[in-house]
Parts: sequence; C-alpha cells; structure tokens
Amino acid sequence: MMEPTTRTEADRDSKFARWIGEVPGAETIRQCIHCGVCSGSCPLSVYMDRSPRQLMYLAKDGFKIDVLSSFTIWLCTSCYACTVKCPRGIQVTEVMYALKRRAIEEGAYPKRFPIPVLAREFRKMVRKNGRISESRLVFQLMLRTNALKLLGLTSLGLKLIRTGRFSFGIEKIKRTEDLKTILEALERDREEVAA
Amino acid sequence: MSRYLYYPGCSLKGTGKQYEESLIAVLESLDAQLDELEDWNCCGATAYMSIDEDEAIALASRNLALAECDHRDLVTPCNACYLVLNKAQRQLAADAKTRRRVSRALHDTGLEYKGTVNVRHALDVLVNDIGLETIAKKVTKPLKGLKVAPYYGCQIVRPYATFDSQLNPVTMDNILRTAGAEVVDYPFKTRCCGGSQTGTIPEVGLHLVYMLLKEAQARGAAAVATICPLCQFNLEIYQDKIASKYELDPLPIVYFTQIVGLALGLPAKGLGLHRSVVPVEPILERRTADVV
Repeated sequence: MMEPTTRTEADRDSKFARWIGEVPGAETIRQCIHCGVCSGSCPLSVYMDRSPRQLMYLAKDGFKIDVLSSFTIWLCTSCYACTVKCPRGIQVTEVMYALKRRAIEEGAYPKRFPIPVLAREFRKMVRKNGRISESRLVFQLMLRTNALKLLGLTSLGLKLIRTGRFSFGIEKIKRTEDLKTILEALERDREEVAA
Repeated sequence: MSRYLYYPGCSLKGTGKQYEESLIAVLESLDAQLDELEDWNCCGATAYMSIDEDEAIALASRNLALAECDHRDLVTPCNACYLVLNKAQRQLAADAKTRRRVSRALHDTGLEYKGTVNVRHALDVLVNDIGLETIAKKVTKPLKGLKVAPYYGCQIVRPYATFDSQLNPVTMDNILRTAGAEVVDYPFKTRCCGGSQTGTIPEVGLHLVYMLLKEAQARGAAAVATICPLCQFNLEIYQDKIASKYELDPLPIVYFTQIVGLALGLPAKGLGLHRSVVPVEPILERRTADVV
C-alpha cells in the first residue's frame, strides 16, 4: 500500500514535541526559521532521506515516528558544521545525539542497520575492558550485521597486519572494577531520579 | 625540558601507531616529553555518546580525575578524544546535575575531580608552546617543493574553537610551512572524513572520502597531512576500494608529525613511515640535503 506523505495534526505527538524542547542544546528549536543552513553545511545531507532542516521541523512539531525512523539521525557523524552555523543557536548535533538515544531506547530503527549496532558493541567493549580493541570491534560489528562482509575485510586486515597496525590482543585497563563501580553508581542515580 | 601528561586514546595503540611514534620522536627532538596517563580508559567517543551520554561523560571524567593529581596539561593527539574530554570538562563546569552525578560515581572509585585539568591537542602544544621559531631552528631537511593538503577533520575545531578557527584553521598550515612544505589551498580542510561510516555504510563513507582525496589532488597536493587517527585511517586505507569505483590515483596520507619529523632530520622508520599502506616515496623524495 502507498503511504500518505502529508502529515496531519493526528500524526503529531505533543509529548514528543515537549521532550525535544527540553533536550540540552535544543532550547531554541521552536525559534527555528527553517533557513536551511544546517542542511547546506551538512556534508551528509545529500545522502539523507530527510535533510537536517526537515528533521528539525518535524521534531519540533512532534512528528515522532517520522523523526525516529529516519536514516538521517544515523547518518550524522557529529562534525558539528551545522551547530556552529545555526543562526538560532540550535545545537543540531546534540539534537541528533538525543534522537539517536531515543531511537535506540524505543527500538525504532532497522534491526540489522549497522550504525546502532556499532554503538552498542562499542559500549559493551568499553564497559567490560575500559578500552577499545579496534580490530575486534570491527569483527563484532560485521558478525552482527553482515557476516559475509567479513570476507571483504580480509584485504584490509592483511594491510594492517603487514604494517603492524593490527592489534591481536585485547586492550584493557588495570582497574576494570572502576568501570563497574561507575556504572553502578550511575544506575543508582537514575533510579533515584525516576523515583 | 618541558613534560606533558599524555592521553593517547585507543587508536594510537592500534591503527594509529605511527602517530604515537612520530609524535614522541618529534617532541623528543624538540626537548619535550610525554608521560602516559596511568590506567587511562576510553574517552567515551562518538559511538558511546550515541547510546548513553551520562555514561560517556562519567567515563571521560575518570580520565580527567586521574590527570588532575598530576597538575600538568593533558595532551591528546586524537580529535575525538580531544572533543570528548573537553565536552566532559564543559558539562561538568556548566551543569550542577552532571557534576553531582559524576562526582558520586567517581567517589565510589576513590577518585575526585575538581575541574582544573587543561586538555590540549598535540597540534596546539607544538605550535603554541614549543613554537614555530624553535622548530624552524631545528629544521635540517626541509621538504622543499612538497605540496601538501592540510586536513584537520572536524572535531578539533568544532564545536569548540579552542585555539583555532572553526571553519578555516591555519595552525597546521603554519607548521607544515615551517617544515619547508608548500601548503595548497584546501577548502575541505574541516569537512567530515565519514567517521565510522566508511565501515558501516561504505557507499556513503567511501564517497565522502573520495571527494576529499579528489579535491586534494585537483589542488595539486602530492600528500595529505592529518592530525586525527580516524581521518588518517579513512583517507588512506580504503584507497584501492575507492579506486575500483571512481577514478583516483594513489595519494599518500601521513600525520603532520611525520612531515615535521622528516624536516627535523629524523629517520623515516622512527617516524613510523614504514607503516604506510599507500607508498610515501613522493614525500621522501622531497627531503633536501642537510641545510648547514
């Protein structure tokens, strides 16, 4: 079935609109003048399904589903070009980060889409070891998204091995118990705030 | 001798080894030393920020707390680490809730952070502490006629313009000129390298890199100088893949410290130039005989 492209009042989620206005960095989002400087300065906008300008518009008006299911938030690489240029002082990059976190929370992204998978694997590794072992991270990512791609990575791996830039070992900090302690403290804090 | 506290970040221990090698060698020959921060952890970079900002900031703060006991400036060569450590620093200063949350978490590990660490980028230290004049005096093999595109990447100057312009930085241009190189006008100097998207969505990431390389070549550059391990990796490692899709000649991608090191007369191997995937002969050939 064809999907309607026009959005109406019924598609709005006013709670979402309120939430976005409270995201640190998005305080001025309601003053957006839709000038499009964010889209113009974004090196990724040509690959996006919705431009940053469209996304800001949809987000501030509460079109939650359109915003969270858009590829745009995942294509943002946090280069901050939009943020330093926005004439209204909207920290577009921080808004994108907040939308990524919200999309992950709500599971609102294609399951095998590699970018959120990378974020999750990255966090898992840091929580456990305190550092990233780059070669392992890439391996985990491919395994969880497209195992076939691992074959394509052989030549890349060989190049790194040949030049001594491939790490076979696991990078780890000494006091890994610090990580656990910090994470537990943050968890307690979250529970207190929620209560 | 000036000594700094050093935060390498994960890449400098892996794919960016030659950055660490050349940075240490260059500083040493300029009478400065890096002492690695004991038991540092991941800065909490971009990927972590996308999933949990509170955790990312708290982990970055552990590094700041470890560094604070030392009282020296904390130097990092990686743009992403530089941004995240600065971001944590600013959020802690500006937001009482963050401060309270982080200090409780750190307290449980026996650490405390008062907010006094000065986070610096290696480029800033070389140009603004050691200084171009001091470097110029020690240049023995200027890279005469080597045309270089200076590529800064994004996060060293954005969103915080700490020591250079957000859209047209010149610090690296100046140090490359001091090394005798000719700096080409490169309007893409702070345009995104694609970050991790060269791996996650190659059709997008590699196209971004292709444009950066093509533009550098169109401007006459025989090499690109970088200051960030992710930029260097993206611009160098995928060149054959890119060339199979678009028209592109090989272009050496090195760290600015490798170019400065060559000009200081340091041996190529000590600067990690043997770790290059794209041959660096076009650069080595430009080394002039000793200037007396």
